[in-house]
Amino acid sequence: MPDIQSLYSEKVMDHFRNPRNVGDMENPDGTGHVGNPICGDIMELYIRVKDNIITDAKFKTFGCGAAIATSSMVTEMIMGKTIDEALEISNKTVAEALGGLPAAKMHCSVLAEDALRSAIDDYHSKQKKGEPETKAKMN
Amino acid sequence: MKRIYLDHAATTPTHPDVVEAMLPYFSNSFGNPSSIYSYGQEAKGAVEKAREKVATLINARDEEIVFTSGGTEADNFAIEGVAFANPKHNHIITSTIEHHAIIETCKFLERRGFEITYLPVDKDGLVNPDDAREAITNKTCLISIMHANNEVGTIQPIKELAAIAREAGVYFHTDAVQTAGQLPINVDELGMDLLSISAHKLYGPKGVGALYIRKGTKLVPFMHGGGQERNRRGSTENVPGIVGFGKATEIALEVMAGEIERQTRLRDRLINNILEQIDGVRLNGHPTKRLPNNVNVSVDYVEGESMLLNLDLENICASTGSACSSSSLEASHVLLALGLGHEQAHGSLRFTIGKWTTEEDIDRVMEVLPRIVTKLSAMSPLLKSHK
Repeated sequence: MPDIQSLYSEKVMDHFRNPRNVGDMENPDGTGHVGNPICGDIMELYIRVKDNIITDAKFKTFGCGAAIATSSMVTEMIMGKTIDEALEISNKTVAEALGGLPAAKMHCSVLAEDALRSAIDDYHSKQKKGEPETKAKMN
Repeated sequence: MKRIYLDHAATTPTHPDVVEAMLPYFSNSFGNPSSIYSYGQEAKGAVEKAREKVATLINARDEEIVFTSGGTEADNFAIEGVAFANPKHNHIITSTIEHHAIIETCKFLERRGFEITYLPVDKDGLVNPDDAREAITNKTCLISIMHANNEVGTIQPIKELAAIAREAGVYFHTDAVQTAGQLPINVDELGMDLLSISAHKLYGPKGVGALYIRKGTKLVPFMHGGGQERNRRGSTENVPGIVGFGKATEIALEVMAGEIERQTRLRDRLINNILEQIDGVRLNGHPTKRLPNNVNVSVDYVEGESMLLNLDLENICASTGSACSSSSLEASHVLLALGLGHEQAHGSLRFTIGKWTTEEDIDRVMEVLPRIVTKLSAMSPLLKSHK
């Protein structure tokens, strides 16, 4: 009997078992909140940006194994990248970095991409309002 | 690590005695029951003996049992068989929480001009018999309400429903896939005209089931072929499967009373422990009108598949009504019909106890489940927004 874990690659299971960068962030420079309860996946992504570089990322996710693993992976992928570099990340590159996802779970990777774009949009709009990049630093 | 299987509503392991009973019919006694020489007659004899055992399980007469390929075929046969045999009566009454084998068959008929009434259920999953009575029209040919629900375990008032159907001159079918072999069923006392059974839910093999058809019930054959099963279901009989099914029903009847008591105790131990030890949990389904082996809970702020994966890492097999674990990506229609919100349906967890489940197995679940919920809750964006 193949077990449930064989649904997912080793990398997915690794990120599911030990998700990286779980948690909240005080005064993030950008927040992405995506998903809806009907499909069962909700993700929040927080980013800290300094000199146009993402220096920290945290997430919280309500969802299945694939949703949690893609959330964790995307936080790892964006850290240290410039905003423009981060915007090049797509759901496909996240799925590839995880060693692939089952076809029925590809939509979960879209959640991660959407959360990233939403967090960057939020960052940009805060910038326009003239908010400092990192409030926390000033406190 | 020992694997703890708590998904007996999905399927059960075939009982070793059942496997043993089946084996000769793959090799030495391989004959076709329709053949007149001794090989054939041996096989035919075995099929008829099995038929008697299945009939005994539900207090039916042998000739009222038609073997099928399983519960789904039995359900399709019952619904379509009655629908097509009664062309002037194109209305069927069922419920919103039936198994897909019923709901999808009804939708199929709906697309072909039939009218279907889907009765609602209350928060515990019970159909109100008055709703059934009021839904009957002069076009109604059939009422089909499941005996007990496969997801939440709620046991329906089928005796009352069957009486309402009988009074109105309408056939009554029940999907007894979750109850046959688990609870006592007497078709004469309960009064149904049609009843579906599946062998693999009662420690028999997969690929075999039966439809009970009360004598005199008019229905069109589901499979057209060589006249087997008194012209009601063509196709050479699945002899080893049928023999195994017969043996499984025999064993089920022997152990039933003891198992109901034992499994109910384990069920309540698990339910009470979960409710006491984990925050934000609700029991889905009726607290007492409930299958002896069914535990279904929703955990706030935590998604079902992620709980299942974590349980699987601890070698515990369970099930969920979350969309994430279904191929349709839709949350359980049963949980939504009970009035649960989408988050609660996604956060559902079902454990179904079986013949070989022990108290230690239940305690093992309680060792790991609270930890899993705590870990996933800490990761949940829903928790914060509710605080």
